[in-house]
Amino acid sequence: MTTTVTPGRTDRAGSGESVGTKDARGRLPRIPDRIRHGGLPYLLLLPAVVLELLVHLIPMVIGIAMSFRQLTQFYIRNWGQAPWAAFDNYRVAVDFDAPIGRALLHSFYVTCLFSVLAVGLSWLFGVAAAIMMQENFRGRGLLRAVFLTPYALPVYAAVITWAFMFQRDNGLINHVLHDQLGLTDQPSFWLIGDNSFVALVVVAVWKSWPFAFLILMAGLQNIPRELYEAAAIDGAGVWQQIRKITLPSLRPVNQVLVLVLFLWTFNDFNTPYVLFGRAAPEAADLISIHIYQSSFVTWNFGSGSAMSVLLLLFLLLVTAVYLLLTSRGRKTADA
Amino acid sequence: MPRPPSSPTAPPRSFRWTRRIVLTFLSAFALLPVYVMLSSSLKPLQDVSGKFQWIPSGFTIRPYIDIWDTVPLARYFLNSLVVAGAATVLSVVIAVFAAYAVSRYRFRGRRVFTVTVLSTQMFPGILFLLPLFLIFVNIGNTTGIALYGSRGGLILTYLTFSLPFSIWMLIGYFDSIPRDLDEAAMVDGCGALGALFRIVVPAAVPGIVAVAVYAFMTAWGEVLFASVMTNDTTRTLSVGLQGYATQNDVYWNQVMAASLVVSVPVVAGFLLLQRYLVAGLTAGAVK
Repeated sequence: MTTTVTPGRTDRAGSGESVGTKDARGRLPRIPDRIRHGGLPYLLLLPAVVLELLVHLIPMVIGIAMSFRQLTQFYIRNWGQAPWAAFDNYRVAVDFDAPIGRALLHSFYVTCLFSVLAVGLSWLFGVAAAIMMQENFRGRGLLRAVFLTPYALPVYAAVITWAFMFQRDNGLINHVLHDQLGLTDQPSFWLIGDNSFVALVVVAVWKSWPFAFLILMAGLQNIPRELYEAAAIDGAGVWQQIRKITLPSLRPVNQVLVLVLFLWTFNDFNTPYVLFGRAAPEAADLISIHIYQSSFVTWNFGSGSAMSVLLLLFLLLVTAVYLLLTSRGRKTADA
Repeated sequence: MPRPPSSPTAPPRSFRWTRRIVLTFLSAFALLPVYVMLSSSLKPLQDVSGKFQWIPSGFTIRPYIDIWDTVPLARYFLNSLVVAGAATVLSVVIAVFAAYAVSRYRFRGRRVFTVTVLSTQMFPGILFLLPLFLIFVNIGNTTGIALYGSRGGLILTYLTFSLPFSIWMLIGYFDSIPRDLDEAAMVDGCGALGALFRIVVPAAVPGIVAVAVYAFMTAWGEVLFASVMTNDTTRTLSVGLQGYATQNDVYWNQVMAASLVVSVPVVAGFLLLQRYLVAGLTAGAVK
């Protein structure tokens, strides 16, 4: 373990340790310095590793195991007793001619479209705001606080407010669209039927663009000022500077940002759950809600787990392809 | 950092007008629900049940009094405070230790650790919700430690939600603190932990504050696990707030008042500390 440490470091750390053992003797058993040095990082990591194992990794393994069983409410107390189902749960989930498979496929389409739209718009708003606020002007600090407010609001409080705004009879949206602008003949329903998709995208964008703004704003601060000064001396205007300096410099930040936004949006449960309640309308039946319903409403955990595993595999695939494509793109751009 | 306005390249009119329009639109978009929340929370019930009014016809603070009786809001509030507070403290401490190890030591498994921790961010919550639910139920049945339905179970769950991002951000932050500083401290007789607490932690306060803000917000706003893992006595705000909407009449003015009340602590805290978050991101994550 200590072999990976450069000699210079070992020496210095070693001399530090030999002094340090004096006051540390009470707490730690006396063991040779090299081993202590080797063991310390693992000790520091231990709490994080144990918790990650308990809450994320072991449940995930169990979840995969559960997906191969016929796990209904009768077996919840001892899920190990549930009958083995081999690939039955998966077969049902991907049988697109049967109702369950068709519903899952539909939910998958809806989620893909939703994610692309929500991530695209969130990124666009975020990058526009970050660039427009790169330069100092009066009221910039205040505006920044305003923009970050949707991010700071607790999801449920904000989404309940949107649900109120989208009410048919007493909501703000219909008041503006129907009563004030006269765009519709009838006040529309926003939280049921096809319109619910629009409502969902609007709320999701509202909620996630400030995050894009926050990250991009931080990214912009790492662009050296000299680049802009040099460009200005060469006669480049503001728009050209944005196109030639700002956007290319943000590439690495964008790579991670878009991926994170996509994963969060694709897995989003909170927004549709608070906006529509347990039964999401078909047009806005996001995949997390769909799986949640198939598991907790019908108490069929086996099939719910199989769907979750399929979802995870899809996300892994998308992430791998995305990283491959964007990394290669970056390399060729640099060359 | 921004160029001073007197720089030779004062932005042209086209840019200034675009900026005005874009920023106005985004401000309106961001603040619209806040306005609805605030104005509706001060309206009498008949006003929020009828057509929406931009300007309330009458003001009343009645909703702010009634919210505490319609649902046990105070208890939900306390539960949320305990859960989010404990999850934040634990998450920050654990993240500081882990980030210090990764930032300052080269050891076998270092890369595996960072990659694994980060990739847990990708898991759909729904995938480990079901098994975690079963694990908690089974631990309760076999050992008598009530995790399912208890605040402890929720604290444990929430602290791991913010852990990956916290570790990731703190690694970047610690990396930006010169190594010579803590090595000098070690030479002067501090142990490795002494160097961490006397040198690295004080120098990384902005990053740690940012991580704490993030952890608190994550725990305060979570809905999915709270809806499954809590019962009547341990219910947190994220689920409890829906209590106003299950009756035949939805008391929208009370819903808005309650939303505002539960938002104020986090929004105020966030806006006060947001500059640390930006500083922390600039130094740590976004590099």
